[in-house]
Formats: sequence, structure tokens, C-alpha cells
Amino acid sequence: MALLEIKNLHAGIKDREILKGVDLTINAGEVHAIMGKNGSGKSTLANVVMGRETYEVTSGSITFKGLDVLDMDPEERAREGVFLAFQYPVEIPGVSTDYFLKAAVNASRKHKGLPDLNAAEFIKLIKEKMALLKMDPSFMRRAINEGFSGGEKKRNEIFQMAVCDPTLCLMDETDSGLDIDALRTVAGGANALRGPDRAILLVTHYQRLLDYIVPDFVHVMMDGRIVKTGNKDLALELEERGYDWIGKEVAAAI
Amino acid sequence: MPTADAEIEELASKEYQWGFTSDIEADSAPMGLSEEIVRFISAKKNEPQWLLDFRLKAYRHWLTMEEPHAWPMIKYPKIDYQQTIYYSAPKPKLKSLDEVDPELLAIYDKLGVPLAERAALLGVEQPPSNIAVDAVFDSVSVATTFKKSLAEKGIIFCSFSEAVHNHPDLVKKYLASVVPYSDNFYATLNSAVFTDGSFAYIPKGVKCPMELSTYFRINAKNTGQFERTLIIADEGASVSYLEGCTAPQRDENQLHAAVVELIALDNATIKYSTVQNWYPGDPKTGKGGIYNFVTKRGACRGVNSKISWTQVETGSAITWKYPSCILQGDNSVGEFYSVALTNHHQQADTGTKMIHIGKNTRSTIVSKGISAGFGQNTYRGLVKILKGAENARNYTQCDSLLLGDKCGAHTSPYIEVKNTTSRVEHEASTSKIGEDQLFYCRSRGLSLEDSVSIIVNGFCKEVFAELPMEFAVEAKKLLGVSLEGSVG
Repeated sequence: MALLEIKNLHAGIKDREILKGVDLTINAGEVHAIMGKNGSGKSTLANVVMGRETYEVTSGSITFKGLDVLDMDPEERAREGVFLAFQYPVEIPGVSTDYFLKAAVNASRKHKGLPDLNAAEFIKLIKEKMALLKMDPSFMRRAINEGFSGGEKKRNEIFQMAVCDPTLCLMDETDSGLDIDALRTVAGGANALRGPDRAILLVTHYQRLLDYIVPDFVHVMMDGRIVKTGNKDLALELEERGYDWIGKEVAAAI
Repeated sequence: MPTADAEIEELASKEYQWGFTSDIEADSAPMGLSEEIVRFISAKKNEPQWLLDFRLKAYRHWLTMEEPHAWPMIKYPKIDYQQTIYYSAPKPKLKSLDEVDPELLAIYDKLGVPLAERAALLGVEQPPSNIAVDAVFDSVSVATTFKKSLAEKGIIFCSFSEAVHNHPDLVKKYLASVVPYSDNFYATLNSAVFTDGSFAYIPKGVKCPMELSTYFRINAKNTGQFERTLIIADEGASVSYLEGCTAPQRDENQLHAAVVELIALDNATIKYSTVQNWYPGDPKTGKGGIYNFVTKRGACRGVNSKISWTQVETGSAITWKYPSCILQGDNSVGEFYSVALTNHHQQADTGTKMIHIGKNTRSTIVSKGISAGFGQNTYRGLVKILKGAENARNYTQCDSLLLGDKCGAHTSPYIEVKNTTSRVEHEASTSKIGEDQLFYCRSRGLSLEDSVSIIVNGFCKEVFAELPMEFAVEAKKLLGVSLEGSVG
């Protein structure tokens, strides 16, 4: 059984349809990259899989581990193992990162019938993951993303991803706004999560990230559909030739 | 799929948990207000002539006053003061404070009042605790605990009525010395008909070893609660005082008009914390609920004195209160930390006044207003720097958080500066609890309920940090119940 199966997914905001029939199958152990121009629907797809209510799903299906996730709230999806690393992580004033993360981790543990992590266990867990993402321990005491630089926010997302230990990692433009060193660190964190039981879906504009997190599949999204699928070489070709030729190919096929 | 706003509203419509009524036989005054009623109350309490005179003076002045309807951002029908009972005491009449009706104790138990000392009340050995409690039920104080251990330090903590009889000099000296009988409509009404309340006196150089606490409960139908609290910290003394309140769920509006006066002499510190959870009225119709018109004021009379108000206001149909500080002594410090939540049809017009008179006086105001449902929340504050207040400083921070799109947040800061060496800072913000913040929390596995709670608690963090530990926990819980459920 596929880990994630999206069939003929249509979704949008109010009267505007953004996803116009997306089909995508992701198996455990795979890394997929979705590329495309601005406004092609890549970020919308990641948000719809996570369950953002701003978007209305009008038809199609999404199953995760065989579960119909369209019937599930975002928190239920999260507890089942879906994680979204945000393109624009929000600030939550007054809420320290460690407090927030502990609540998140324990919400998932409760769902799985596990006892809460105690303070010592939790500290051990976050210390390990902080080292992985080369984060300063002072991060934990600061309010979530408040006053963080763009790079710090992105790093914090991948750090949270590592702590939450999801089965499906959705990374929405994690590379944007990162300098090359931060990109390497973040990619290192994501690569450490690669494994036979887990899948990663990267949404990105640029091939650059894919030098560090090498995908098994690359999909091109255009006008709300996946119009072309290839391997990592497709990303290189896109880097070289841009997206227009795919548009022409698609038009010719119709 | 329901929108986040709709879900918040659903969560916000949790029911009031303290709305039970109790069938306690009460000894009440006839309904209505007149000079006879004022005399009746005074006679019931066996008061000295000077106090009756004070009441009558206030009552006669009150007749000339009008309800302040024009300036506060609150709407309510004119109150019929003849439809309220001004005195109600639980029966059978207590022979002494050590014989509290077990029914009454059961109520306080249900309310979770830290009356762990109820064992002590029943003559059993005292369990260890660090909170002394005075409990006011309708109009009278029913139990004051730990009086003995406090007395060893010379601390007086008792009901106001007892203080009138046992410490008349102190009461006479300080009563109405901060809030004069003619101060405002509700304070004047209180001065005429106040029934009981708490009294605390901390003698020179004594640091009160435990938190002093009063728990107020309005129970009887159509009853107003008019309590009077007077706290005096003598030179070098310090005290932390906690106040909590609940009321049953009733369709009629019930009036609560209290007066609290604090006096801090040289180098004295008073910290006064309130968690107010009076019945807010029916969530759907707005019917019923407590009208909370309270005058609280502290005088920093001595040099280096300090008065700090912390309030968490989650209940009442209407909240109208402005805990204030008169910074008279040089180098005195006034603080006001407030969380005010209005949900459903609640209205709050609350804030503070900081009156800088002495040199180098400092004040800090941190106000957090949260509006949900159809709630209307107004911050109203006055910072006044008088001519002699050299180098006075004020810092005001005033933040509003909106949940949903049918509620309102308003800010009315007044600043009057008559000394050019002073510095006054004011910061204000209004934000809406964002769909993006909620989605962010939920995408991490937190329920909508916990997400709202975590965001709101983060918003209130600076104020909660000022509350004594036990109260901070209770405040978070209350905010939870008033808004969204359990808080971690």
C-alpha cells in the first residue's frame, strides 16, 4: 500500500480552483520533489495534504496509510504522522519553543497510547535534535519564531520535524531565504530523516536544494496539475531550460 | 468543513461551571433601599454611631448622584436599586466563626476554595498551608482562617465587621481615606450599604508570612454584594493578598459594587491579585450575569512604598473597574497588570489610574484585553503626572487580542503631564488570533482547543507571571474554561 495516495484532487479558495486534478502516489522510503513556477499550486498541495481549512477540497481523494485524511482535522493528520515544514512559519508571542514542542510531542504520543515524555526524556530528545540542526540551546527559551531571522525560522521548522518524528514530511519551500551554510545544515537534518519507513515531499522552486536532498522522483506542476514526472535529472533539465518547454509539450499533447 | 472562527465560537460557548445555587437559609433585609435599610444593616451589625453616620452621609449624597452612563463603553438598562436586597446572611446565625454551616463549607469545597483549614474550623489540628482565607458569602464573612498564627506576628486579618468592633481606631483612621464617601456613584452606594469584607493590617516591619486571601460568593437571589476591603501595610511591612469570586447562574442581573482601599506607608509593599469569575450571563442571550462596578484604589503614602495590582477578569456581564495607585511618597512604585476577557455578550471597561505626586515615582501598566463572541473590551487608563513629580516615569503597554469578527476592542488612554522632567511611554497593539497561528499549532498535533489556549496564554504571559503561583494556575484554568477548555 502506498503511504500517500492523491487521486484527481480538486481544491481552491472560494470560486477559484487552484488544484485541478492532482494525482500523486508516494511510497514509504521515497523522496519526491514538486517543482513549478509561482502560482502553479505546489504550496497549496502541501497545505491541503496537511488539512488547511482555507482551501476547500471540491473533489478527489487523499489517503495516508490507507486513511481517508479529507475526513480528518489537521491535528489528527499530524498525530498520524504528517508534518508540514512551513514556507512562512508564524510567530506565537509568549509561547516558548520547548513548551510548544513538548505539547506537540505529547499530543501525538497520547494518540498512540504512549505515556507523556517526562522533562528529562524530552530534554534528551531535543538536545539530540538541536545538535543535528546545529541550533543554539537558547532557541528553546525564546517564543516560537518571535524575532527569528528567516534562516532561523526555517531551521526551527526542520528541527521541529526531527523532534516530531513524522512518517510523511512535507517541506514547503524550505530552501527559500537560506544561505548556503544554512541550506546544508537544513538538508543534513532532512537527510537524517530519510529511511525505509518515511517519505519526504519537497516543494521547491529551485534545483539547488536537490543537490543536497537528492530526490527519487521529480514532478513538475503547472496550472494545478502534475504534468511531468521524472528522476533527479529532470530537475537539472528544468534548471537549464526553464519551464516553458514543458508547457509546450503539454499543449501539444492536448 | 467548519471554519476556524465557527469552531472557536463553539469552543467559546462552554458553560459556566460555578453556576449552581445553594439552598442556604438566609436572614435578609427587605428588598429595596432607603434610610431605614441603611439603619437596618448598621443595626444588624451592631455598629457604632460613627459608622452609621458615615453610612447615612454617603446615602444622602448618593441620592444626589447619577449612574455614570455617558463615558464608559458599556451598555445596560438603568438599574432599579429598589429591586435589590442589600443584606443577606446565611442562617442559622453563626454563634462564632468556628461554627460554620457544613452546607457552606461544602459550597466552598465545590468551588475549590483553599479552605483546607476547614479542618481547623472544625477543631481538628491545622494542616500545613500557606494561605489564610477569609470567605464572604453574600453579605457576611463566614470564616477567617489562620487568625491565630497571624496574630503571633501582630498581623490582623479578619472580617471587616470584626475589625469595626475590635480595631475601631484603625478602621476609623483609614476607612474612606483613599476612596472618599463621595468618590463616585458606586463607591458612594457601597459606603452606604456595605455589609462585610476583609480587613488586614500588617504592623511595622512585618513581612506577612503567607498569602492572605478572600473568596467572595454571591448566592442569594436578587442580592447585591457590597463588600469593603481595607488593607494597611505599616512602615516596612509587606503583604500579598488574593481575591477570588464566583456567583450562581441566575436570569436576573446581580449587582456587585465593592470598594477596596490599600494604604502603604514608608517602605511598605502591597501586592493585590484578583481572579474574578462572577457569572457572565447567558452565553446566547446575554441575559443575567453580574454587574461588577468596583472601585479599587491604593495610596502609596510613604517613601519607597509600592502597590501592585494584578487582575484576571474573566467573569461578569459588565466589568467596570480601574484599580489605581496614588503615588504620593517619593520613589513610590505603582503597577497594574491586567488580563480582561470578554466572551459572548460580556462587556468590560477596565484599566487603571496612576497619579504621580511624589518625586521619582514610577508606574508600569500592562493590559491584555481579549475579546471573543460579541464581547466588547475597553482599556481606559489615566496617567497623571503632577507638577511636583520630578523624574516621574510611566510605561504603559496595552495589547488587545480579537477572536472572531463580531467582538470589539477599544483603547482610551489619557495622559496628563505637568512636569517636564517626567517620561511617559505608551505602546499599544491590536491583533486578531490568526488562522495561520491556529493552523500552525494544529499541524503540530495540538487540538483547536489547545491551540487557542496556548496562543491566548502566550498573549497573557507577562500578566500571569505577576500572579502568585497558586493563582496563576487557577487563572490559566479559568481562562481555559471561559474560552476553550483545558490548558496544559
